[in-house]
Amino acid sequence: MLTLLQSYPLVAALIALLGLGLGFGAVLGYASVRFKTEGNPLVDQINQLLPQTQCGQCGHPGCKPYATAIAEGGAINKCPPGGQETIDALADLLDIEPQTLDAEHGEEKEPNVAYIREDECIGCTKCIQACPVDAILGAAKLMHTVIADECTGCDLCVEPCPVDCIDMLPRKGGIEHWRWELPEPNHNKNDIIATDREAA
Amino acid sequence: MNTVFNIHGGIHPAEEKHLSNPGIVVDAGLPPSLVLPLSQHIGKPSSLCVKPGDYVLGGQLLAEADGMVSVALHAPTSGTVIAIEPRPVPHPSALDNLCLEIACDGEDRWIECTGCEDWRAETPESLISRISGAGIAGMGGAGFPTAVKLMARERLPLKTLIINGTECEPYITADDTLMQVDAEGIIEGAQILAHILDVEQILLAVEDNKPAALAAMKAAAEAAGGGCEVVTFPTKYPSGGEKQLIEILTGQQVPAGGLPADLGIVCQNPGTAVAARDAVCIGKPLTDRIVTLTGRALMRPGNYRARLGTPIEYLLTIAGFDPSQNRRLIHGGPMMGFALESAAVPIIKTTNCILVPTEQELPTPPDAQACIRCGLCAEACPASLLPQQLYWYARAKDQEQLERHHLGDCIECGACSWVCPSHIPLVQYYRAAKGMIRESKAEKIRSDRSRDRFEARQTRLEEEAAAREAQRAARRAAAEQKAAAGGADDPVAAAIARAKAKKESTNDGEVDL
Repeated sequence: MLTLLQSYPLVAALIALLGLGLGFGAVLGYASVRFKTEGNPLVDQINQLLPQTQCGQCGHPGCKPYATAIAEGGAINKCPPGGQETIDALADLLDIEPQTLDAEHGEEKEPNVAYIREDECIGCTKCIQACPVDAILGAAKLMHTVIADECTGCDLCVEPCPVDCIDMLPRKGGIEHWRWELPEPNHNKNDIIATDREAA
Repeated sequence: MNTVFNIHGGIHPAEEKHLSNPGIVVDAGLPPSLVLPLSQHIGKPSSLCVKPGDYVLGGQLLAEADGMVSVALHAPTSGTVIAIEPRPVPHPSALDNLCLEIACDGEDRWIECTGCEDWRAETPESLISRISGAGIAGMGGAGFPTAVKLMARERLPLKTLIINGTECEPYITADDTLMQVDAEGIIEGAQILAHILDVEQILLAVEDNKPAALAAMKAAAEAAGGGCEVVTFPTKYPSGGEKQLIEILTGQQVPAGGLPADLGIVCQNPGTAVAARDAVCIGKPLTDRIVTLTGRALMRPGNYRARLGTPIEYLLTIAGFDPSQNRRLIHGGPMMGFALESAAVPIIKTTNCILVPTEQELPTPPDAQACIRCGLCAEACPASLLPQQLYWYARAKDQEQLERHHLGDCIECGACSWVCPSHIPLVQYYRAAKGMIRESKAEKIRSDRSRDRFEARQTRLEEEAAAREAQRAARRAAAEQKAAAGGADDPVAAAIARAKAKKESTNDGEVDL
C-alpha cells in the first residue's frame, strides 16, 4: 500500500484531500446540529430597535409580529411611535435605503401616557383587557388606574372605554425631562468662510 | 505636601474677581416674600409637609427628603405659606417647577435649634443623619446631597478629604469671602466631615490668586492644631473641577466613569463644610448662603448673605442694578453659568453667583463659523478629550462614537469654546449630546421592560386559553361517557342534565372573561 502511494503521489494527494474533506465535513455537520440557532436572530435584532409600544399602528398585533414581517421583507416605514429615528436604524441594520414614514399608519408624535379620570370610571374592565402591557390596575365595578411608568402610550385603551374617561397626556412635559437642544445648524451661515458669505 | 501637579490644558480668562470686593459680606436682609423651589439639588424633589395657610417658624421643616438621593427643605424665616404652585426657577430651561412661597412676617422668629455638645463623641451615622436632616446639598454649584456623598465611607476605604476652595471661575468670590470671614468654621466643618469619613488627611485647596483667603485659612489651620494642610497652587481655569483638583493635589487621575471615592478621596466645598458645622454644632439647617452679585451693570457689586428663596430682583435692587447697562442675566459664572430669562426667580442652595455684565464686558458671541481644525480645543481640554471629534459626532448624533470618545468625562467647563477661533458653542453641543444619550438609554430601558411585559402577557393569555380548552375537552369527554353509560335513562332526566351542563359552561365563559 505504502509503496503504491509512494509511486503514485497524485493518488496520495487525492486520498489526503478526501480525508481532510471528510474530517472537516463531519466537524461542520456536527457543529451545525449542536449549535443550531434557535429562532430567527434577525427578528430579535429588529425587535430590539422597535419602540415596543405594542400599539398596532403598523397593522400587526404588536412589535414582534411587525419585526417578523420586516424580516420577511416587509416595509420598514410603518411605525409612527418609533419615527424617523427607528426607520433610519432599521435601514442601517438591514442595509437598505432609509425611507420616510408612511403617513397611512399615522404621524410621529411626542410619547404619551394614559390617565384615567378616576371619578368618572365605572369599572367596566374593558381598558384592562385592551392594554397590551398590563399597565392598568383595577377590578370589575371598581375604579381603574394606569401605572404611568409602565404605560407605552399606545392609545389602545381609549377606544374601548364606554365613558371616555381616558386622556392621553404628554409623557415628557416637565423640567426633569428637559434637555439642551443642539445649537441651530445654519449651514449656509456656518459652513462657508466669512468672505464667501458676504459675496453670497 | 509641597508638590503639586499640573493638569492638561486649561485657560487663563480675565479673573475680574476684584469687582465684588472679596472678604466683605453684606447682609441682604429680608425680602417681603421667599419662593422656595422643592428641587434645589440633584435627585428627587423634596416632598412637602406643610400646606398653604400654615404659619411656619424659621428653621422649621417644610419638605422632607424623598428617598435616598434627596434633601430636606427648611423655612429661612418665620411667616405664612401663601402658595404652593409652579413658579419660574433658576434652570436653563426657563420652565416652571413646583415652589412654595412664604410671606415673611418680618419678625424672623426661629424654632429652638439644638446642636450636639461634642461631635467627636458622636457616631458617624448620627452625624450623617444630622447633616441630611439639615437639608445640605453641595454648595459649589452641582448640588449633590452631601449626606449621600458621605455614605461613600461604607463602600470604600477613604484616606483624604479635600476642601475645594479653588473657585477657579472668573468673577465669583463667594468661597473666597467665606474663607476670609469664617476660616475657623471651615476648618471645624472639615474636621467634622473627616471624623465622619474616618480619613487622616484633610487638604484645603486654595488657588494662589486669593492671598487673603490663603492667609486666613493657614492661620485657622494652625490654630486648630495638626491634621489640616493648606495647599496652594498656580491659578488656572478649571483647576476647581473635582477631578482636576484631585490630579493637581495627588497626581492621580480619577478613572473614567469613576468617582473620587475610588481613589479614597472625597471633595467638599467650603460652604458645605460650614453648613455641616452649623448643622452639627448648633443644629441650624441650611437656610441661607453667600451669593456673589457682580458685573459692571451693578453699582454695588459684592458678596451678600441671602436667605434661600430671596428673589434675584430683590438682590439686584440692593446691589444697585442699572437695567440700561445690561442685556443678560447669568446664574453662575461666565464660563459654566446659564442665562436666566427673568430676574423673578429665587436663589437656591446652588446659587453661588449672579452675574450682570454690560455688553462691553461680556459681548454676545458672534455667529459660529466653520471648524478649521486648528486643534486649540484639544490643547485646552482639561479632561484630555478631543473636543473637535466630539463636535462632529454630536452634530451627526452618533451616540456610539460619542461614548467611545468619552463624552461622559466632559466636565462642561467651557475651555474649548473659550479658545475656539470660530466661536463654535462647543459645550452646548456636548450638553445636547449628553442629554440625547441619557434619553435614549432611558427609552431603551423602558422599551425593554415593555417588551418583557408584552411577552409575559402573551404567554399568560395563551396559558389561559389552553386551560379553558382543556376544561372544555374534559367536560365533553365526561358528557359523552355519561351518555354512553346511561343511554337507556329517562329522557327527561337527560334533558335536565344537558341544560345544567350548558348553564355551567356559560357561567364558566363569564368567569373566563
